[in-house]
Formats: sequence, C-alpha cells, structure tokens
Amino acid sequence: MAIAREAEPVGSLSEVKEAGLDREDLLGIYRNMLITRGVEERGHILYRQGKIPGSFYTGRGNEAASTAVATAMGPDDVGTPLHRDMGVHITRGVEPWKIFAQFMGRQDGPTHGRDGNVHMADAKLGMIAMVSHLPAMLPVAVGCALAFRIREERRVAVAWFGEGASARGDTHEGMTLAGTRDLPVVFVCDNNQWAYSTPTHLEFATEHVADRAQAYGFEGVVVDGTDVLAVYREAKRAIEKARNGGGPTLIECLTLRMEGHAVHDDAFYVPKVMFEKWAENDPIERFRTWLRDNVGMSDDDEAEITNGVKKLLNDALQRAEDSPLPDPADLTDGVYATPEDLDTPHHK
Amino acid sequence: MAELTYLQAISDGLRTEMRRNDKVFLIGEDVGVYGGAFKVSLGFQEEFGPWRVIDAPLAETAILGACTGAAMMGMRPVAEMQFADFISCAWDHLVTVAAKQRWRAGTPVPIVVRLPSGGGFSGGPFHSQNPESSFAHIPGLKCVCPSTPEDAKGLLISAIEDPNPVLFFEHKHLYRRIKAEVPEERYTTPIGKARIHKEGDDLTVVTWGAMVYTAEEAAQQLENDGVSVEIIDLRTILPWDKAAVLESVRKTSKLLVLHEDTHTGGFGAEIVASVAEEAFEDLDGPVRRITAPDCPVPFAPPLEKAYIPQVEDVVKGLRELAEY
Repeated sequence: MAIAREAEPVGSLSEVKEAGLDREDLLGIYRNMLITRGVEERGHILYRQGKIPGSFYTGRGNEAASTAVATAMGPDDVGTPLHRDMGVHITRGVEPWKIFAQFMGRQDGPTHGRDGNVHMADAKLGMIAMVSHLPAMLPVAVGCALAFRIREERRVAVAWFGEGASARGDTHEGMTLAGTRDLPVVFVCDNNQWAYSTPTHLEFATEHVADRAQAYGFEGVVVDGTDVLAVYREAKRAIEKARNGGGPTLIECLTLRMEGHAVHDDAFYVPKVMFEKWAENDPIERFRTWLRDNVGMSDDDEAEITNGVKKLLNDALQRAEDSPLPDPADLTDGVYATPEDLDTPHHK
Repeated sequence: MAELTYLQAISDGLRTEMRRNDKVFLIGEDVGVYGGAFKVSLGFQEEFGPWRVIDAPLAETAILGACTGAAMMGMRPVAEMQFADFISCAWDHLVTVAAKQRWRAGTPVPIVVRLPSGGGFSGGPFHSQNPESSFAHIPGLKCVCPSTPEDAKGLLISAIEDPNPVLFFEHKHLYRRIKAEVPEERYTTPIGKARIHKEGDDLTVVTWGAMVYTAEEAAQQLENDGVSVEIIDLRTILPWDKAAVLESVRKTSKLLVLHEDTHTGGFGAEIVASVAEEAFEDLDGPVRRITAPDCPVPFAPPLEKAYIPQVEDVVKGLRELAEY
C-alpha cells in the first residue's frame, strides 16, 4: 500500500493555465527538452569519436522531470542537479557550448577540465556542482535551505537524487534535519528504475521512495516523470509551499533510463519489454503530442523550434571545439580559496 | 588582559565572531540548550537565539553537509563535533565535497569544524583520538591545533575568517588545565605560522597540541643536565611552517618529532621526510619520532598511560639524541 500521494496526470489546457503556464512557456519547455536531449545525443557522438575522455552519462528519459522542476523554481532558488538532470542546467540558462567544453575537458568548460561530465554548475544561475557520491548533495541542499531560513529569505533549495542514492545514509540524515526544522527544501527523486544494474526492489523495500516522506514528517508525492506538466504542477506546489514556510516535500518522479548507466553499458540486464514500453512513453514524444493536440503546435512551429535547436547545438559544438585544452601549469592553482573568492553574490 | 582557560578562550573567540558577524552560526549536537558537551557554547543560545546556535539531530553527515551548503550561500558556519572521533561519520562531506569544491567548481566553502580531540582521561577508543593526520593529507582543507589559550582564541578567529574549510582541533586535556592571559580585544593568529615555545641550542622538538606541555616538562629535565632544548609548537599542521622547523634544525642539528597521534603515516612522518629532503647536511643524528603506538586508544589508565607519550618517554628520547 502506497503511503505517498499518487499525483493525477495533467490533461486539460485550462489546468495548465491555472498552474501559470501560457503557450509560449509550454513551447519553451518543449524547446528546453529538445536541447537537453540534443546536448546528450551530440555528447554521445563526441564520445564515440574519442573526443570525450573518461566515461559519458546521459539522462535520456528524464528530460521531462528535470526540465519541469527547474521551470517551477524561482530565479533566486538554488539546486543540486545530478547526472540525469541536464534539463536543469539548460532551463536555468547554461549555454550548451560550455557544456560541450566541459564534456571534452576544455579550458572554457565550467570546471576548466578539472572535472568532467555533468560535474559542473554555474553558481550565478543558482546551481551547485554535484559530486559522484550522489546522495552527498542532499545535506548540502538542506544547508542552503538552512541559510535561507536563518536569514529569513523566501528562497527554496531543490535537492535531486536517484532511487539508488535513496539507499545511503546521507538521504536519511538530510531529510531528518530538513524535517525537524521545517526547512524550505524540496527533495526530487528521479526514480529511473535502475541504479546501474540494480533494480528498485533491491534498493528500497517500500512501494515508493516517496512513502518514506511520512517518516520524516513531510508530504511524499509520486508523479509520472514522463508527464512534464504533472511534474511541473507538483514541483510548483511543493516549491511554493516551502517558500511559504510549509517545510519540505519529497517528490518521486517515475522516469525511465532509456540507455545504460553510462554509454559503455549496453544494459543487457534490463528486460527488452521494458525498453519497448519506455519507448512508447518517451517524455518528449508524449509532450509533443500533447502540444499538437492542446495548443495547436503546427508543423511550422515545430520546424522553427527544431531548426533553432539544431543551429544552437551546431554553433555550440564548434565553439567548444575551438576552446583550448587546459594548461597543466595551472594544475595546483585554486586548491585554496582566497578572501577575494568570497566576493560573490551569495557572500555579499 | 584577562586570565582565561583554554576552553574559555575558545568560547571568547567564538562569541567575538558571532557578535561581529551575523553570518556566523554554530551547529552541533547539544550545543544550544545544554551549551555543548564541554560547555564551550554555554549561554550562547540565550544571546544569539535558536537559529544561530542550532541543536542538530545526531547526524554528523547532515551537520557537515548543511554547513557546506550554508557556506556556499554566504554563511560562515561553525560545526561542533561532540568528539573529534565522530568526524569519521562526516568524512565524505569534508573530503569529497568541501575540500574539492573551490578547486573544481570555483566555489569557496568557508566552514570551521571544532573537534574536541585527544586523550588522557580514560575516554577509550572512541572519545580520545587525534585524527588530524588523516585530514592533513587532504588538499583543500586546513588543520589547526592550538596549545595555548591565546592561540586558541586567535586561531579560532582566523579559522572563521578563512575562506576555506578549517578543522580546529581543540585538545580536551587542555580545556580546563591550561590557563593564561588572553587579550580581551579581537585579534587573529596566522594559520601556517609556528611559535617557538621555548628557545634552545642543542636539540629541536617539533610538536603541537597537548604534547607541547609534555615536551616542556621533558626539556626542563634536560636543561638540568645542561642540554638546551628548543620547542617548536607548530600550531597548525596544514599548512605547516616548514621554514621555522628547518631554521631550528639548522641551528641545533638534531630533531625529535613528538605527537599524540599514532605512528605510521602520522604527521611526524611528513615533517621528518621534509627535513631529510631539505636539511640532510645539517643533521648530526638520526631524526626521532615519539608517538602513540599503532593501536587504538585504550580505556584503562595503565594502558592509556602506556599509549600516550609520557614525559619520561620524551626525556629518554631526548637523552639518546643528545648523546648521539
């Protein structure tokens, strides 16, 4: 028996308008989802071409969940997106060429070649760079919320994690602190059903990850993570609740991992029927159909968006390839911060 | 100048910064209503309120992780570990997140972690450790180990002012045993600068924390034999004042490193290796290390006495070195 609330799908346009989204917003979300997938598809090609060192991770199947939550955040809110959450970086306004430069370990990437993949963040856009120890980012986001609470600012922190990360103690401790202090934080679990090769029933014994929320003293919600509008509605509700002093919410987005854990992984352990079912629920296709049916997205509208995204990514790729490799002479610079480093918007 | 215990000096430093800067807050287990297990923050919650003196759940990972997030949002958190031993539960947050964030993502993480450390009172394996060497191996962290009340206040203020994660090891055995004059006004003691605790010409002892006083007693006995011992109190081990150590070794030509942490891979090994690399020609004898043995900290008094370096151990080591 599920303890968490199971959110209804979004159907009508009027419902979406009530949530504060107009036609332009909706097409913008669609565009961001296409950029998100496009960045990762191009990244995959770069990897195959040997232009990306190390490994490469994608979030195919998670575009709706990540884009929707980021759309629901306010400009001063902050978050800790993980490696399936490219849509958050795109929605918050990170330029794709910087992401390609990051993938390729170039000087102009956000970490200047010091870290790879989606281990990056533009702090000015309210994001904190993830570490590989994924659940570690939950207590960090809780700390952001604590700072907002101490200073009595109406800001919210969003903490992302996967159903795999839900197994570790950091998740429990972060939620305990957030619950005891009613902090303005929203926990977003992208449950993409596989943690590398481990299925959900070996990660948690409840029906839903969100069922745990009750034990921490706040609400848990399960939402179809392929339904971008339902995720938006639930995220918006939770974020505004947190902003208004209502404390945390745990939103579990049931998403898909349409590829392996990383591009080296062929996911042989995922049953074929599951992939087939996922293909039918592709979040981008699903939203595309909805837009055509509900807001009259025409062939022309679609071509304009698709061509715009294609051009953006072509230009971005070129610019990233033009970016120099980092200089080993600077390797040990910046291990320690200087007082000047504190001259940031957050520290003023 | 007022005469303060080591513990009062820490409270004084913390109170000074909390009064001066409303971004500074304290979080830890029992730090609020109870005033901390050792009463460092006694009365703080009354003065600063429950949102700046925060009683946390028993969750070191959450405490350190939250400090990291709050620091990134512009706060200056001070975390209290009830005992330094419990920092093991928060290792990941210091080492994985806080220590690397400036270098890889450009985000400074100005946090201070207060760590009541050290043995000498039958605290047993989990309330007596000196884990500073483990953290001295982590680029991006700073490790501070004051031995005097004046340094405890000045270094704590420096640590809070520092834009990096700083581990502040406060030795429990010094809390109420050591008392000295401490300036009433705000001052900082630089991180990375050693202090000559006692000048001497024949032998150099490099140490920190409570062992400074063990070295002092041992040196007194050597002085009675006509051997002059210089004691360098490193004060901070990451960064550590290599120049001060080399200068003293070049003067005395003999070095003994003394620490309460265990032997293998202890910070003494780093000091000795650096001296071997950079002052080999100046040495007139083998470098010596006196440390705890490679075993957990024991509980029963005779065992603990055998574990923690005692004055007589240091006297013996110094005599051997003097006669070499």
